[in-house]
Amino acid sequence: MTDTLSTPLLSAENLGRDYGARIGCRDVAFDLFEGEVLAIVGESGSGKSTLLNLLSGQLAPTAGRVAYRMRDGATRDLGSLSEAERRFLFRTDWGFVHQDATRGLRMGVSAGGNVGERLMAVGERHYGRIRAAAEDWLGRVEIDTTRIDEKPTAYSGGMRQRLQIARNLVTAPRLVFMDEPTGGLDVSVQARLLDLVRGLVADLGLAVIVVTHDLAVARLLSHRTMVMKDGRVIEQGLTDRVLDDPREAYTQLLVSSILQP
Amino acid sequence: MTASTATAAGGYAFAYLDDQTKRMIRRAILKAIAIPGHQVPFAARDMPMPYGWGTGGIQVTAAILGPADVLKVIDQGADDTTNAVSIRKFFKTTANVAVTTRTTEATVIQTRHRIPETPLGPGQILVYQVPIPEPLRFLEPRETETRVMHALADYGLMHVKLYEDIATHGRIAKTYAYPVKVEGRYVMDPSPTPKFDNPKMHLSPALQLFGAGREKRIYALPPFTHVVSLDFEDHPFEPTRFDAPCALCGATGVYLDEVVTDDAGGRMFVCSDTDHCETRRAEGHHGTEWAGEATEATA
Ligand SMILES: Nc1ncnc2c1ncn2[C@@H]1O[C@H](COP(=O)(O)OP(=O)(O)OP(=O)(O)O)[C@@H](O)[C@H]1O
Ligand SMILES: [Mg+2]
Repeated sequence: MTDTLSTPLLSAENLGRDYGARIGCRDVAFDLFEGEVLAIVGESGSGKSTLLNLLSGQLAPTAGRVAYRMRDGATRDLGSLSEAERRFLFRTDWGFVHQDATRGLRMGVSAGGNVGERLMAVGERHYGRIRAAAEDWLGRVEIDTTRIDEKPTAYSGGMRQRLQIARNLVTAPRLVFMDEPTGGLDVSVQARLLDLVRGLVADLGLAVIVVTHDLAVARLLSHRTMVMKDGRVIEQGLTDRVLDDPREAYTQLLVSSILQP
Repeated sequence: MTASTATAAGGYAFAYLDDQTKRMIRRAILKAIAIPGHQVPFAARDMPMPYGWGTGGIQVTAAILGPADVLKVIDQGADDTTNAVSIRKFFKTTANVAVTTRTTEATVIQTRHRIPETPLGPGQILVYQVPIPEPLRFLEPRETETRVMHALADYGLMHVKLYEDIATHGRIAKTYAYPVKVEGRYVMDPSPTPKFDNPKMHLSPALQLFGAGREKRIYALPPFTHVVSLDFEDHPFEPTRFDAPCALCGATGVYLDEVVTDDAGGRMFVCSDTDHCETRRAEGHHGTEWAGEATEATA
């Protein structure tokens, strides 16, 4: 147990990715521990999505590495995982919530099938248990369970995001990546979603890496915040400290322009 | 035909295909046998008939036929449909092999839609004409992705499809092209045979070869291969069952077709396997609609 607490779940070392001559992101280093929520903020084009894709093994780095402590306790370099191991990690111990729900859901499959997919992928072969798990998770993300057989095309934007979250959490992952999870939603819908995510994160002890350009999201969800500019991390620390007492001029600008009316 | 005289003279280029093509297809078949259930790409040739006629199966048959073979061709279980008659005629012309309608006499049986009711034996080869070889196609349209899914045995999506069936219909509604798992490894589409026939593939002493012409794929089940239909523990696979016996030969436990008997809407259920039905009637069996002409026929 002490081991679990003292060894990071995920570590980025000197991580970078160039797109030819253009910098995607550079020199990123941090440790993420179990149950910790990290927000990555910055303006458009600052390298947030690039970094998230590197951290989740969906993009190969041109520099550095990402280490992840697997469920068996062994810490592995993501780059050394086979495609089969990577996929397994992705559908068991990780979640990924996309801004665009149509990328994170199977729009032609019912809500129940969407939530059950991961269970079936890891070998669950009992329909009744799959359905019970799907109902349980729909309930936990506040979706009326009588709508279990509807396709996500019949769901509102907020419901689709909640369905995406249920679909990811059904295998009890330890780490969830989120790319602008509230982007494109109405303010009241955003608030409800953030509330829900905050509750789940606390209940389940999830580690989360959330990318957002909305500092309010960082404020509400995260323990720590990383500020990016031109592909580099220019400031990182406890979220309250970064947002209330920013050291970098750029962060001060970001905070004043967005948080203060 | 010049082709048939050339091939009848012997040599590798027997039965329509030139020897290069034949080597290539036989290599694909050997590879398919070595990796049961795995789809092997091959450079399918144009055949002198449209794809819908089963050019994949025809190429496989042409690649394996030898002068001593006895060929049977069935379509929907029947030896006398246009498709079956034409293919049989094609091989009679190009390979001059003996043909038969009797399952027990055939060494090579080419089929679309059915597996004969008479259990196949060692040494027999069943060649399937396959229109769509990829069981994941309707779930994942990207070929690059389905290839990776097969490579990694990443088959969760197949069960998502079955889950959707049960959620919608209360049971697995698929009645043909019902997916199977081969030797615990590859998921395979036996398309387009009815699921009634799925259990016959399991541990069959015969060699089963599948050819898809348009999609250029060959796959195989060597004799005594484990073939298991996908299902859920609480919704197990159930082969189609028929309530009544065949109206002509009285057989039970066989696949039946509904046929309309008159203009007044009269109908009856009869064996889809015409050879099986005729053999039984010749042996003196009869159903409700056929009292028996066996004495007349044998007289
Ligand atoms: N596939 C790519 N090829 C070339 N350049 C790319 C590619 N993806 C991103 N970039 C560049 O890398 C930099 C970082 O982009 P990235 O998408 O990571 O930013 P972001 O912070 O996620 O922006 P946004 O808030 O608009 O989503 C940008 O200059 C972008 O143009
Ligand atoms: Mg982005």
